[in-house]
Formats: sequence, C-alpha cells, structure tokens
Amino acid sequence: MPSLLFCGPKMAACGIVISIWGVIMLAMLGIFFSAKSAVLIEDVPFTEEDIRKDTNPPQNIYSLYNQVGINCFIAAGIYVAVGAVSLCQVRLNKRQEYMVT
Amino acid sequence: MCSLLRGEEMCLAQLFLQSGSAYDCINELGELGLVEFRDLNPGVNAFQRKHVNEIKKCEEMERILEVKKADISLPEGDVNPVAPLPKHVMAIMEQLQRLEVELGEVTRNKEKLQRNLLELTEYTHMLRTTRNFVQRTSEVSVFISGLIQRTKIEAFERMLWRVCKGYTILSYAEVEEYLEDPDTGEPTKSVVFLISYWGDQIGQKVKKICDCYHCHLYPYPSSNEERTDVVEGLRTRIQDLHTVLHRTDDYLKQVLMKASESVYTWVIQVKKMKAIYFILNLCSFDVTNKCLIAEVWCPVNDIPTLRRALEEGSRKSGATVPSFVNRIPTNDTPPTLIRTNKFTSGFQNIVDAYGVGNYREVNPAPFTIITFPFLFAVMFGDLGHGVIMALFALWMVLYENNRKLKNTRNEIWNTFFEGRYIILMMGLFSIYTGLIYNDCFSKSLNIFGSGWSVKAMFEAKVWKDADIRGNRVLTLDPNVTGVFRGPYPLGIDPIWNLASNRLTFLNSYKMKMSVILGVIHMSFGVILSTYNYLHFRKKHSLYLVFLPELLFLLCLFGYLVFMIFYKWLVFTAKDSRLAPSILIHFINMFLMQAPTLHRLGMYRVRFDFADEFLHQAIHTIEYCLGCVSNTASYLRLWALSLAHAQLSEVLWTMVMRVGLRMDTSLGVFFLVPVFGLFAVLTVSILLVMEGLSAFLHALRLHWVEFQNKFYSGTGVKFCPFSFSLLPSSFEHDGLL
Repeated sequence: MPSLLFCGPKMAACGIVISIWGVIMLAMLGIFFSAKSAVLIEDVPFTEEDIRKDTNPPQNIYSLYNQVGINCFIAAGIYVAVGAVSLCQVRLNKRQEYMVT
Repeated sequence: MCSLLRGEEMCLAQLFLQSGSAYDCINELGELGLVEFRDLNPGVNAFQRKHVNEIKKCEEMERILEVKKADISLPEGDVNPVAPLPKHVMAIMEQLQRLEVELGEVTRNKEKLQRNLLELTEYTHMLRTTRNFVQRTSEVSVFISGLIQRTKIEAFERMLWRVCKGYTILSYAEVEEYLEDPDTGEPTKSVVFLISYWGDQIGQKVKKICDCYHCHLYPYPSSNEERTDVVEGLRTRIQDLHTVLHRTDDYLKQVLMKASESVYTWVIQVKKMKAIYFILNLCSFDVTNKCLIAEVWCPVNDIPTLRRALEEGSRKSGATVPSFVNRIPTNDTPPTLIRTNKFTSGFQNIVDAYGVGNYREVNPAPFTIITFPFLFAVMFGDLGHGVIMALFALWMVLYENNRKLKNTRNEIWNTFFEGRYIILMMGLFSIYTGLIYNDCFSKSLNIFGSGWSVKAMFEAKVWKDADIRGNRVLTLDPNVTGVFRGPYPLGIDPIWNLASNRLTFLNSYKMKMSVILGVIHMSFGVILSTYNYLHFRKKHSLYLVFLPELLFLLCLFGYLVFMIFYKWLVFTAKDSRLAPSILIHFINMFLMQAPTLHRLGMYRVRFDFADEFLHQAIHTIEYCLGCVSNTASYLRLWALSLAHAQLSEVLWTMVMRVGLRMDTSLGVFFLVPVFGLFAVLTVSILLVMEGLSAFLHALRLHWVEFQNKFYSGTGVKFCPFSFSLLPSSFEHDGLL
C-alpha cells in the first residue's frame, strides 16, 4: 500500500494549528451570526432590494444572517476534518522518525 | 534583593594561590563561575606568557578533534567532564594522535582501492567496445588501446594524422555509460580508441601524443582467447575489490563510532584546560616566587563561597599550605553585576542592549517588566491577536525544557525563544488593551450592551421612516433623551464599530491618551533620577537639577494633561459646542512665553565660570527641547495603534468578507480556503510585521524618552570566569 504520508512534520503542525483556530473562530462566528449581531451587518450579503421589498421586516435580513451562520458552521465542520487529517499526518511522521533511527 | 534595582556590591580581592594547587583552585572557580580575573601582566604579549607551551599543546589537540567532529554523533543527556590534571594530558594527546594516524591510513587505503576499481572498470569497457572493431592483423603492426575524454578525441585524431601522416590507423567508439574519472571523481564521457601502427619511431611519437592528451592506456590482447581470459580475470578482480571496499567502509565506521564516544568528552576537557592555562597566564608571581597572585572582581556576598572554593581546590591538590583570599580597597569602578532569573533576563537584555548600567546605578529593568509590554500593547491593541500571541508564547514557555527547542541553530528562532517571557507579557497586556479598545480581529464585542439607542431617536420624533430612506448617513444626537444611556462599563462602546465618524472620535481619544501616558512615563523617569542622586550623595543635584526638571515638565506638560482631564470631566454633551480646543490654548500659552527665553540668556552669560556650568547649560537646553520633542514622540502610540486597527480592518474587509458574502450554494466551500488565507495573512502581517514594529517603537520609547531622564548606561558588564560560558565549538558548528 503506498505511503499515506504526504506532508512533512512542519506542514502537518501548521495544519493542526490552523484547523484548531479555524474551528474555534468559525464556530464563534457562526454563533454570532445566529445571534444576529449588529456589528457583522456588513458581512451579510444583503442588497437594497432585500430591505425595500421586505414584506415582514426584518425577516429577510434575519434569514440571510442564519444562512451565513450555517455556512460558518459547515466550514468549521470541514476544518474539523482537515484537523483530523493533519493529526494523522503528525502521527505518521512521528512513526517514520522512530523507524528510520 | 536590591540586586535587580541597583546591581550587586562588588569588591576587588587578591587570591594567593600556592603553585601546586593553583590549577585545581582555578578549576574550582571555573566550575562555579564566581569571579572575573584581571590581567596582571598587561604588557606581556601572548607568546611571552608563562604557560604558552601548554596552550600550544591544547590547540594542537583541538585541531585534531576539529577534523573528527563532523563524522560523529552527540551523546544523550548533559555530559560535564572535569578538566584533566596536567599528568593526564599526555595520555589524551597520545590517544588523539593514534586515532588520527589510524584514520588517515584507512582513508588513504580506501582511496587507493577505489582508484584501482575505476581503472579496472575502464579496462573492461575498453575490451568490450574494441571487440567490434575490424582489425587488420598483420605481423608488423602494433596495437595501442586506451580511453580518452570525449572532449579531446577530435584534437587527438587531428594531431595523430598531422604527426604520423598515415602510418597509423585510429578507430574509436564512445562508451555509453558515464565513467568516474579516477583523478577527479566526476562522471565523464569517455571514448575508447585503438591505434595500429608500424615502425618504432612512429610508436614513440604515438606514445608521446597519448601522454600529452592524458589517455589511459591498457594492454591490447592479441587474440580472442587472450581477450576472453583477460575479461574473466578482470571480472573476478572487480568483484574482489568491491568486497574489500565494503569491508573497509565498515571498519572505518567502527573506528569512528568508538572514537565518537570519547571525542565529545575530550573536546570539553581540552577546552577547560586551555581556559585554565589562559587564566594562569593572567596571574603574577609574588616576591618569593612560590605563590601565585590573582586579582579578581568578586561580589561581596560571594566572598564566603570563594573561600570555600579555594579550600576545596587546595584539598584536592593535596597541598599543605592552603590558598586564601584577601579583600583590597580600590578606586577603580567595578563592573556591574545584576542577578537575573529566566523571567527577568529577557528584560535585562533589552536594557543592556542600549548600555550596561554604571556601577550601582538605578536599573530600569524591573520597571521595564511592566511598562514595556504595556506600551507595546497600547500600540498593538487587539484582543484576538493578543490571544494568539499569548498562546504562542505560552507554548514556548511550557516546552522550554525541550532539547530540540532549546538547541536549534536557527538564529531568528533563538531570538524569539530567548524572549518568550517578554512575548507572553506582551500578549497578555494586548488582551487587556484589546478589551479597552474593544477590537477583536477588527470587530467589536458587545458584552455589556451598548450605551447608545437608535430607537430613542424615533421615539423622540427626531427621525421618521422617510429620513432613513432619504439619507445615506444620519447622526445620533446624545442630547435627545434616551439616546445616550450612560458610558459603556469597560472600554469603547461597540456602536462605534458601525459609525462612519469612528476615526474622528478614536483619534482624539488616542492622541490624548498618548500624551497622558508619555508625560507620566517621563515624570517617572525624572523621579527615578532622585534615587541616583541620593545614592551617589549628590544632594545638591536634587535641588539644582531634579527640582527644575520636574517643575519644567509638570508646569508645561503636566498642565496639558490637567487640561485634558478637565475638558473630559467638565464639558458634557450639552455644552460640547462651547468646549475650547486644548491645542490652541496650549500654543497661545507658548506664544506669551518671553520671560522664559530671557532666563536662558542669563545662563549663557555665566558659562565661562566653569566647565560644570557649560555642561549644565547644555543639559538644560537639551532637556527643555527634549521635553517638547519627547512628548510629541509619544504620539507614536496613537499612530501605531491606528495603523494596526486599519490594517486589521482592511484584512477583514478584503479577505474574510469575500468568503462570508458568498451566497451561492457551493459558496460555503469557498469559505474554507478564504479562512486559511486570512489566518496566514493575520499571522504574517498583523502578528509578525506589526508586532515587530510595535516592539521596536516601544523599545525606542524606553531607550530614548524614558532612559535619557536618569540612565547613563556607560558601565561594564561583569563577565565571570566560568566553564559554562565558554562557547562550545559544537555550538559554533551548529551541531549542538
């Protein structure tokens, strides 16, 4: 079976760090978007139409907030997977180090 | 305990060492690292000193060890062998020389064998290739065969033709594989040639030409049976040579491994010995020529330890008369020793980088432990970045005993690692200032609920729905009831993150804060100078230097700070239109300042009284102008914090927002690489670049604006004689 190792120890460590950071930060962003924080209004993809043609304000904007929140949670989930892969790479690297010496 | 504030009290001591036990006593002192030796023979050059022969022997051994170091591995754990006695030195020297001779022999043999192997390989190729040449066997013609480099074959052919003019026949073919050249060891392309000629004279000419072109000649077999015999013989010989070379390699590895066990110990032992002889050279003999005298700088608190060390050394060497120490009075200024632990050493290093303090002068380092990270944090001020910086430093601190981290040779990493406690403090303080500025990755956190209410503007009928549709920007009026419900409990109100006039508000706040912090920092520096005046018993300076300095600083810039606080406290939102401008007020005050200039004129008239007066006048002018420029210099606290906030906001807007605003169904997968890019750019630009920039500016504020109020920094650092401080040559080569 070909080696599953495709990155060196430093790259794998970077992967773990960015994954942990990504999970925490994206999860918190998701929570803040779901809480409809006003500070994040510029990051929500609304247009003038959404505000003007809103039959039941501010539900349009709220639903957009929820959408972005869910996006953030999905991205956090993907980073969990990336973190798991990086962790495997770190373990494989350590094992290879033992075998060579 | 006063050591960190002022430095240890030092004294000059004389050591009386018996000749027999001098070596052991200095050995003990080297292990402890207590004292700094003074050179008692400054006029003598290196070749005339007493122990020059021993030092030469040590250097000879070092040279032999130098060559061997590259092939050996390091031992596990910390090995600390003691310096050998002079009688053991010969044994070590002999072992080293034997090792050198043996390794030299083995390497030479190996080279010879390899060259032999290459020649045989070439011969085999030649025989194989010339088999296909068509020959005209004749009784008279003689054959010469060999190999020549491909680059030379054409010139060779032409030369042959010109010299021998048709009495020779040359046929050649190229060898496909790259063969290693026996002389240079590089892979080259060769050509096999076969010359047939007749006549003796032609033969000599041909041989000379072959010589000229550096051909490798090999005997040509006259018949096919002879050829097959030779090929067989060559094949067995090549196989044998391969086996022998393999064995030689193994043997070489064994010898090196055995040597490597002791080489590391020898290196350290030779180094210690050389250091001891170097120190012995610094000592002088007394009148009776039996006792060695050494002069050392020693901390007063360590004199008992020094006595014990000398007793130990005398006991080890078995001397009957013990060596002793005697304190002597002196007018020379001792070197400065400040004892630090792993936490304070980083801060002491950055103070020492500006200048080592004079003997027993107030040391800025204990104050720097707090003010430096604080001023850094004022310029860095972001909660998220502070958390990342603090976590990075925490990782370094928790793993500080890990050998791999401690002993890498990457200089940049070593710089960061040495300053791990500084970075930890900077990160923690940045978390605090991030909370105050309410800035986390350029977004504000609404922890307590904003003090501003937009709804109140509608309830008071100031705004209508039509206003929102018709205007791009609207201003909240704090004078309307219910709009401003009170200040935010901790930090800047999060509503400012959404305001378009955010920078106008923050700039005013940050500039005023910078001036306040600057005046406090500088006043503290001026006050610290009183400790120096009191300690060095210059009470007159207290009244003639300190008081005028403090008065000038506080009356001008203290008044500015007072005006800032007064304006903040007295003027509310109601009378904000009437609030006076502090800057205009301050400048007007200066423009009416004729009397002060007049006073400076009086100083100038009296300057020819003494050097002291001239010095004082210069100091006064420098101080006054310096106060103005230094106060303005503290405005960099505002400038850098503004730059950091803006960079952070730009990064979020240009990178993260692009990923978040994706509303296509597959857009969510775009957020993953976008966040990765955001993380990398945050670390490289905002943490590393901005961090280094803020570090540099905080350092400059300390070195110039703070320290020139009280610190002279023209002292000499105490460098004790210690074996652990000798640089190991392993470290020099990056192996340790």
